Amino acid sequence: MSAQSHGGYYLPAPSYWPILGSAALLGLTLGATLFIHQVAGGGWVLLAGFALLVWMLFGWFGQVIGESEQGLYNQQVDSGFRWSMGWFIFSEVMFFAAFFGALFYVRTLSVPDLTSANNALLWPGYTGGWPTQGPGIKEAFEPMGAWGIPAWNTLILLSSGVTVTWAHWGLKRGNRTQLIAGLIATVALGLLFLGLQAYEYHHAYTELGLTLGAGVYGATFFMLTGFHGLHVTLGTIMLITILGRSLAGHFTPERHFAFEAVSWYWHFVDVVWLGLFIFVYWL
Amino acid sequence: MQAHALEHEHGHGAPSGLMRWVTTTNHKDIGTLYLWFAAVMFLLAGSMAMAIRAELFQPGLQLVSPDFFNQLTTLHGLIMVFGVIMPAMTGFANWQVPLMIGAPDMAFPRMNNWSFWILPAAAILLVISLFLPGGAAAAGWTLYPPLFIQGGISYDLTIFAIHILGASSIMGSLNIITTILNMRAPGMTLMKMPLFVWTWLITAFLLIAVMPVLAGAVTMLLTDRNFDTHFFNAAGGGDPVLFQHVFWFFGHPEVYILILPAFGIVSQIIPTFARKPLFGYASMVYATASIAILSFLVWAHHMFTVGMPAVGQLYFMYATMLIAVPTGVKVFNWVATMWRGSLTFETPMLFAIAFVALFTIGGFTGLVLAMAPVDIQLHDTYYVVAHFHYVLVSGALFAIYAGVYYWLPKWTGHMYNETLGKWHFWLSMISFNVLFFPQHFLGLAGMPRRIPDYAVQFTEFNMISSIGGFVFGASQILMLIVVLQCIRGGRKAEAKPWEGAQGLEWTVPSPAPYHTFETPPVVK
Repeated sequence: MSAQSHGGYYLPAPSYWPILGSAALLGLTLGATLFIHQVAGGGWVLLAGFALLVWMLFGWFGQVIGESEQGLYNQQVDSGFRWSMGWFIFSEVMFFAAFFGALFYVRTLSVPDLTSANNALLWPGYTGGWPTQGPGIKEAFEPMGAWGIPAWNTLILLSSGVTVTWAHWGLKRGNRTQLIAGLIATVALGLLFLGLQAYEYHHAYTELGLTLGAGVYGATFFMLTGFHGLHVTLGTIMLITILGRSLAGHFTPERHFAFEAVSWYWHFVDVVWLGLFIFVYWL
Repeated sequence: MQAHALEHEHGHGAPSGLMRWVTTTNHKDIGTLYLWFAAVMFLLAGSMAMAIRAELFQPGLQLVSPDFFNQLTTLHGLIMVFGVIMPAMTGFANWQVPLMIGAPDMAFPRMNNWSFWILPAAAILLVISLFLPGGAAAAGWTLYPPLFIQGGISYDLTIFAIHILGASSIMGSLNIITTILNMRAPGMTLMKMPLFVWTWLITAFLLIAVMPVLAGAVTMLLTDRNFDTHFFNAAGGGDPVLFQHVFWFFGHPEVYILILPAFGIVSQIIPTFARKPLFGYASMVYATASIAILSFLVWAHHMFTVGMPAVGQLYFMYATMLIAVPTGVKVFNWVATMWRGSLTFETPMLFAIAFVALFTIGGFTGLVLAMAPVDIQLHDTYYVVAHFHYVLVSGALFAIYAGVYYWLPKWTGHMYNETLGKWHFWLSMISFNVLFFPQHFLGLAGMPRRIPDYAVQFTEFNMISSIGGFVFGASQILMLIVVLQCIRGGRKAEAKPWEGAQGLEWTVPSPAPYHTFETPPVVK
């Protein structure tokens, strides 16, 4: 028996999507390990896992969108989505907290300690400071300045926060033109950000000598900005999805949590960027 | 477990046989899957413990190579924490939370399925790592660099397995937290929730807060190992101690993640068999929340020996000792609940009482270890091993046993064999103490942990400990027999098989029908 009749709260029927997702994660992780260790075929396993994951995400989210459009989700389901999205974003905040914590730790504790008298025998002449590639790495690098591309990127992301809110106002007023124009602008700003970030990475690797291997500055720089960039990429894909749904006439002025969830996520990515701009690029 | 109920209610269209379990979106099915997964992993990690105790039966190297010994201790720890205790507790949450709050199912049934079914993927990664060149990860369950950086391909598989286990925990917790906050029956206010639900609400919060931090920590290990970063390498300005900070920022809340649901189970069982309401319900809730908050503020007590300013040692020492206050509130409340109650001693109650007594011993040794000057002597000795096995085996695991015996009639519709259950309890309780109590003495005498060989003066206590270990291991087979028997048949269980039991789960028939509370009950 399936689900529709369960006293209002929609309980989905048995589903094959989760097990496909599990197979995809197994393929991804196993393939990545084999690929890293240059075992023949590892790349293919990785690719297969990724393809399966993409298929699963399309299928599963497609089903959820279909159920939502059939009106199967009542108010209680909607409020469940709200709780869950909020807590999910909290988990993402904690993920970034681990890397910000690492950054603060090396800047305030481990790098200064390497210049102490205790370490003078081991690393004579090391003066510390920030940015640093550490006492044991000879290749020099130039740090990424804050007031070029990163400042523009700050402006771009903050503007995209404005455009997505403007789109939301349009949705709530039933003004579809404003909704779609706002979303297109947001997607465009997201893509522009990613393009500039890619250019910045290229610049770092080819001209500044700033790489993942450039000591703890390079490591924290690329991990923090890289994971942020990954989240912007995901956010942009999510924005494109709700743009497509808006074009297809989904969402009503009253019921549109998918839109709100994506905008919450987008604002979260925005706030993380502000932290990055201040602590990674600027100070 | 409820094949009959299923035939009646499931009807057409839904997959049957194996595919029923693979595709299920039912909280009871998924709870059962979690519990069986935990049982299988328990046998696997338990047999590793048997090999460890066999090697340590006498000094010298007898059975396994030192490197394989290290693989055994590493996998034993990782699997027991992430593959046994956590899935078992999540299994309880799946079965019991909707039944206890009057919800028709978990909030997100398909994601619930996925949270479970990625666990076998992680288990596969860990198990195949045993058979790769160089064997499984052997750097200890805490994964400390620089040792962890130096291992082979299995170390990367271990990192990815932890990523997957973390994703499972986060999704499971999102589900549990949303179910509790959003799907309570009308009238079930937060302060009317059964304590098990409260403890899981707080546990889910802890999991969402710290599993991403662990993911960050192992991601840094991954890039240090493979992509030339220097987070944990002083040559690049990094620091191996940084890993310990990030790891234990996860790790200390993690130990409360393992024990808080156990507190919840015990808080359901003791009132039932004392035939009295739980003493100090509100203080239990506040104590649980206090423990959760404190758990974020004490992590470096795991690191007293790595070098820390005296101010840091003092802070972490006193903050750690502070945890004894809310924990003491709990122990006091359990004892006060039993005080002048009409006590009976069925198997769940026996395990619950053993929990209170033995967990308290583990708590006291924790206080001893919290003292920085003492910890410098005892760090990485068998005293620590004894301490955390008292809180995790006679703590978390005994509570799981208590919960299984307590709710088995509700799950299967049959009463379990009380005689065998009592045998299981007494054998476990006695052999557990034979196994772990002498390890306090070994640690005080200076025997380090994580070694396959030891100085001869430690022989007697190691032999005693190993004998206790073998008896303990064998006794757990009894539990398996009791559970299997109970699934296959036995005396019919009533809807409320325990006279003193309270709560919504006892208002539905035993076995609980496949779908319950499709129309929410009203709680007065």
